Amino acid sequence: MKYLYYPGCSARSTGKPYEESMLSVAEVLEIPIEELEDWNCCGATTYMAINELKAFALCARNFALAERQVEAEEEINLVAPCAACYLGLNKAQHYLGEFPEIRAKICEGLHAAGLESTGRVRVRHPLDVLVNDIGLEKIASAVTKPLEGFRVACYYGCQIIRPYAEFDDQHRPTTMDRLMESLGAEVIDWPIKTRCCGGSLTGTVQECGLRLSAMLLNEAKNRGCNVIATACPLCQFNLECYQSQMKRQFGYEFKMPVAFFTQLIGVAFGIPKRKLGLQRLFLPLPDVSKVAVCPLPSPSETKASVGGSNVPS
Amino acid sequence: MEQWEGWPKIKFESDLDLKFPEQIASIPGGDKIFTCIQCGTCSGICPLSPCMDYTPRQLIAMIRAGSKADVLSSRTTWLCASCYRCTVECPKGIKLTDIMYACKRMAITEGVYPKHFPIPVLTNEFFNTVKVTGRSNESWLIVRLFLKTNPLQLFKHANLGLRLWLRGRMSPIPDSVKRKGELRNIFKVFDVEKEYVKTKRKRKFKPAPKGCDCGSGYL
Repeated sequence: MKYLYYPGCSARSTGKPYEESMLSVAEVLEIPIEELEDWNCCGATTYMAINELKAFALCARNFALAERQVEAEEEINLVAPCAACYLGLNKAQHYLGEFPEIRAKICEGLHAAGLESTGRVRVRHPLDVLVNDIGLEKIASAVTKPLEGFRVACYYGCQIIRPYAEFDDQHRPTTMDRLMESLGAEVIDWPIKTRCCGGSLTGTVQECGLRLSAMLLNEAKNRGCNVIATACPLCQFNLECYQSQMKRQFGYEFKMPVAFFTQLIGVAFGIPKRKLGLQRLFLPLPDVSKVAVCPLPSPSETKASVGGSNVPS
Repeated sequence: MEQWEGWPKIKFESDLDLKFPEQIASIPGGDKIFTCIQCGTCSGICPLSPCMDYTPRQLIAMIRAGSKADVLSSRTTWLCASCYRCTVECPKGIKLTDIMYACKRMAITEGVYPKHFPIPVLTNEFFNTVKVTGRSNESWLIVRLFLKTNPLQLFKHANLGLRLWLRGRMSPIPDSVKRKGELRNIFKVFDVEKEYVKTKRKRKFKPAPKGCDCGSGYL
C-alpha cells in the first residue's frame, strides 16, 4: 500500500511538532511515507465561503499530483494529519464522486493545467492508518516506555469524524482511546470529546471561541486527566496556547498540557524529545514519576459541569 | 410600549425575496431544506447558538420564507464554526453547514457584511493569499487580519506571538507552491464575474441576544 503525506499549511508553522512526531513514529513503525510533491492548500473551512468550485479544484489538484507521483495502478492513501485538511480533501473526493456535474467542471479545470484525476486517491487520517492498517498489536510491541501515570483525555474534535465517519463511530469514537490504552496510558471517560473547540473563532470573535475551549479544558480537568491528546493542529493550538488568556478572561487556571497523539506514541516508543517536538509545547508533558502517586480528585472536589451553564462566563 | 421592546418588527410580504429559497436550495443536495420539520435539533446541538442572533432552526425558516436581507445580514452564518454537528444530527438529512456556506458566499458577493467584522475579513484574506501563493501562512494571515480589523489586537497578542516564535512555531517566510501557473490556469476556468465586494456602507447588525456580548465589540 502506498502512503503519500499531505502536510497542510499549519504543519509548517503552529503544527510543526505534529509533523515532526508523526514522521518519527512512522520511521519507527517502518511505514513508507513520502511527501506529496508541490502540494497546495486544501481550502480549509474558509475557502468554501467564497467559491465552492475553486475549493474543490484546489483539492482536486492535490489528487491529480498524487496520481502523477504514484504511477502504478494502485490505490493511493493520502495521509492528511490536519483535521481541516482531512475533511476538505475528503469532502472534495465525496462531492466529485456523488455529483457528476461538479466532477465534469473540476475535470475541465484540471485539463486546463494539464492534470488529470481518476479518483483513485483515498484520503486517510494518521489515526486511521495507525489503528486499522498497522494494527494495535504492532504498535504495542514497539512500546519501550509504557505511558504509566498518564491520564489521557482523547480529543477528536469535529472534522475527523463529522460529517463523514470513515473509520469510527460518529457520536462516540474510540480509535484514539484504544490506541492510548495499547500504549499503557489510562484513558479517562470524557463524553465531550467530539465537541467543537471554537475553530478559528478563537482568533476572530474571541468571546465566543475561547468559551468553547475553556469548557473542554474545564471538563477534562474536573475528570482528573493530566494530558489531553489531540489530532488536529488548530485544536491543539486553541486548547494549549490560549490558556493564559482564558485565565485573564474567565479566571480559570487550567495548566493542562495538550499534546498531539503522535507525540504520546513517540514518548511510549522512547523516541528522543527533540525528534518529537516536545520542546515546542507551551506546557511540558506531566512528570510521570510524580504524577503516578498523585491521587484522583475526590468526588467532592469534582464539580460536574457538562454543558453551557456552569462553564466560565 | 416597554413590554413590546425586543419583539420582532412587523415584516411585510413585499420585503421577501421569493427567489432566495431556490437560490440556496440550488447547492448540491440543497433541496432538502424544503423538508425541514422545524424540530430544533440543530439549534439544540449547535455549540454556538447561544451567541447567534437567530438560531439555525430560525435561519432555515427564514430562508424558506425568503427573508433574504435578514438572513444575509445576520451573525448566525458567520459564527458557524463548521463543526458539522447539525448536519450529522438532522433527522431530515439537511446539510446545514453547507447552507451556512451558501449564505456566506451570497453575503460576500453582495457585500452585505460589516466592514470590520473579523470573520469575513479573515475569509477574504485567506482567499487572496491562497490565490497568489497556493498556500496559506498562519502568522501573516493573523497579522493582516488584526491590521484590517483592530490593530490594537496586535499588541494584545504580542506575548503569544513571541512565545510561538521562541518555540519555532511561527514561519515568517510565506510558503508557496512551485508551479503557480498551474494553479492560475485552474482558477481561470472557475473565475466568476465578481468574487467578493468590499463593503461600502456598514450594515447594522441586529444586537446580540440579552446576556451575550459575543462579537458585539466589533459591530
